[in-house]
Amino acid sequence: MAFTIRVNGTTREVSVDPETPLLWVLRDELRLTGTKFGCGMAMCGACTVHMDGQAVRSCMLPVSYATGEIVTIEGLAGAAAAAIQKAWIDSSVPQCGYCQSGQIMSATALLQKTPQPSDSDIDSAMTGNICRCGTYQRIRSAIHSAVESLRKRPVPK
Amino acid sequence: MANRPASPAHSDDGALNRREFLRLTTIAGSGLTIGLVFGSAGCSRSEGPVAQRTLVSPFIRISPDNKVTVISKHLEMGQGIHTGLCAIVAEELDAAWSQIEVEDAPVQVPLYANLFMDPQGRMQVTGGSMSTANSWEQLRKAGATVRAMLVRAAAEQWAVPVDEITASDGVLSHGASKRSAPFGAFASEAARVPIPERVEVKSPANFKLIGKEVLPRVDSRAKSTGRERYGMDVMLPNMMTALVTRSPRFGGKVKSFDKEAVMALPGVVDVVEISNAVAIVAQSTWQAMQARKTLMVEWDDSGAESRSSPEIFAEYRRLGAGKDAATVAKAGDIEAAFSRCSKTLIAEFEFPYLAHAMMEPLNAVVKLSPDRCEIWTGSQFQSNDRLAAAEAAGLEPEQVVINTLAAGGSFGRRGAPDYIVEAVSIAKATAGKFPIRMLWTREDDIQNSRYRPMNYHSIRAGLDTRGALVAFRQRIVGQSLLAGTPLDWMVQGGVDPTAVSGHAFEQYDIPNAEITWTQANAGVPVQFWRSVQHSHMAFSAEVIIDELAELSGHDPLAFRQSLLGERTRQREVLRLVAEKSQWNQPLTKRDGKRGRGLALHEAFGTVVAQVAEVTVTGELVRVDRVVCVVDCGIAVTPDIVRAQMESGIVFGLSAALFGKITLTDGVVDQSNYGDYPVLRMADMPRIEVHIVPSANAPSGAGEPGTPPIAPAVANAVRAATGIRIRQLPIDLATARKS
Repeated sequence: MAFTIRVNGTTREVSVDPETPLLWVLRDELRLTGTKFGCGMAMCGACTVHMDGQAVRSCMLPVSYATGEIVTIEGLAGAAAAAIQKAWIDSSVPQCGYCQSGQIMSATALLQKTPQPSDSDIDSAMTGNICRCGTYQRIRSAIHSAVESLRKRPVPK
Repeated sequence: MANRPASPAHSDDGALNRREFLRLTTIAGSGLTIGLVFGSAGCSRSEGPVAQRTLVSPFIRISPDNKVTVISKHLEMGQGIHTGLCAIVAEELDAAWSQIEVEDAPVQVPLYANLFMDPQGRMQVTGGSMSTANSWEQLRKAGATVRAMLVRAAAEQWAVPVDEITASDGVLSHGASKRSAPFGAFASEAARVPIPERVEVKSPANFKLIGKEVLPRVDSRAKSTGRERYGMDVMLPNMMTALVTRSPRFGGKVKSFDKEAVMALPGVVDVVEISNAVAIVAQSTWQAMQARKTLMVEWDDSGAESRSSPEIFAEYRRLGAGKDAATVAKAGDIEAAFSRCSKTLIAEFEFPYLAHAMMEPLNAVVKLSPDRCEIWTGSQFQSNDRLAAAEAAGLEPEQVVINTLAAGGSFGRRGAPDYIVEAVSIAKATAGKFPIRMLWTREDDIQNSRYRPMNYHSIRAGLDTRGALVAFRQRIVGQSLLAGTPLDWMVQGGVDPTAVSGHAFEQYDIPNAEITWTQANAGVPVQFWRSVQHSHMAFSAEVIIDELAELSGHDPLAFRQSLLGERTRQREVLRLVAEKSQWNQPLTKRDGKRGRGLALHEAFGTVVAQVAEVTVTGELVRVDRVVCVVDCGIAVTPDIVRAQMESGIVFGLSAALFGKITLTDGVVDQSNYGDYPVLRMADMPRIEVHIVPSANAPSGAGEPGTPPIAPAVANAVRAATGIRIRQLPIDLATARKS
């Protein structure tokens, strides 16, 4: 069945079964492999993308329901995203890196909604993203660094 | 050789570099040809346009455009080894960090062998926390050798003496004549210079990169932008995706399956039987997943493991009480010693099977043709993977090419070639018609995998009238990791060292001891799991030592200090962990019962001590803080050592609090992260890592952070509540009752 979806600012057409999770449409049909498969049950967060600014688990979102603006790691843009990704690199957050696309998508969605998150906000937003390499402490401090750098950036007049 | 750091004796690396040198010729416009040339005194040289020749050694390539590529024989699975190996090369080469790139080595032994894993150089493998250790001298010499050749080329070109040339940050300079040029400018000329017999490596006092607090990881950017490529991300034209259905019971065989029904489903191109399993091949992953749900397979489980966990534990306890055991270690007169003891402690420990549950489920891409098998995957044991793939493909090993990619975590799981054999077998069964991408789901990973072995320990320990530990007996029962594998030769005297080392007699001075092991048999496949035997051995050792301290009326830290004998590294590690954890100060009060616990363990040449602070509320254990001190010799990349300690602690803590794989009638009960929970952000303690300064050669960092955390937490729980933990994962309800 034919579907039109909006991904990273572009309209894409795919022909798949309506039940196909968005994750597999992104990876197998659109060759956007930055979004990862970790569990297939929305328990690990590796498949996190944005739909209309919300973090969603694409492994359990049928493509027929993917009717909003989808942003994947490949299309991430904006000040919050840039601050997050820079903080990730500066703090050497990734180890194996496999969970990090999902971590970054969740963290960016958090900052876009809550520019000054508390540690409790961070727990809530990030606890759906598993990291088996144990980078949680660095993720938390990278989020705080990103918040700080966004707070300090010059505001355009 | 000046300034060589202390290291175990092994083959002369100077001779190795000189004998085995790659020469690389560019053919204008048509890409690169790699010619492997082994020369001795008379190295043959490749012909080709001088300006296009690139300087190559087995580990370093310098191109005329000034890129320095480090060729890594070790798999990057998150442990940071790519960055570490680059740091060693860049240091001795005097390259600029910004010009360094890394690529994975092809499969070739003994050239890319792990020098410590097998003295005969047959194994290209990453494991045992020995990648940095076995590469240290090898890459220092490689870097220094290439530097010397560049310097010689510059000296010849500038017609000045060699010792007037300096190298720094990727630039060669002749101060007197104010000339300088980047490395790349001399790459071609250096390729023609004779390989020096002897080179000097730097004195550690002159290190600019090694030991530097934060060196940016070479993979951070790619992994923070979704650009790092893992096995499942490889896309080849006409590639099909395969999933495998295996018997729910280990050792089950295919009796029959209904191919027709599945072939009719959308996207399915084939359904094939491979060894004891059935594979579905489809055009897309989702189609393969959907098709697998409908596939009906009849299994012959007559030879399969069909017991439940309680039965297996009962068998282990029975073996533990029996006489049939191999001696691991023995000292003094244990019976006489026990007869003199005024206090004894007896304890039994049970450890479950554990899954690796790394974030990237196993997968491999295979392209098979009549005379070649090409594989893309995060290969951890390349030499063995190649042999296994060749056998499955019906080819010679030389016809198998493995492209090693980044691995999304392994923790030892990728040391087995089973998943590669599956992928190659599917390609063979489909006659190489299309490239095959075979992947495991999370359910496959939790239910049909290979596991950290279940274990049973029984310990009896005795104190004399002065409260000194004088007698220690331990029985260990568990499956062998090595028997029947390519590493079978490591089993000596009936003892599998990867089942038993790490016991208290090895870690402390105990005058009378007897450690024995009985190999258990179960049909559950077992595998190296981060820190291997230390994952259970350190637990019983450090919990018992801690309880003995309490029994003797001594502080747990002081009690351990009294048993260390000549172990100066351990003494310093304990001293520092006491300081950094404020050991002698009371814990701050919180709601719930607070406790502090210590564990000390040496594994893979590295000494680690951890102090855990916990708060217990009812049945809930919350770990608030972990202070970790590590002595791993020279910390090549200190920030990565810290990251590995954090990583090892989280991995071990996950297992300590939640990890268990259980069987009912031979079928694994767990299936995904829902019923095999792992540590998440909200559970994370605050972790503080301190590295002991050292001039020793580097030892391991990947695994040693894991063994101490479970006993440190158990000891903290006992300090908080008085409850003794004898089983993992920690379950206070059960522990209270026993």
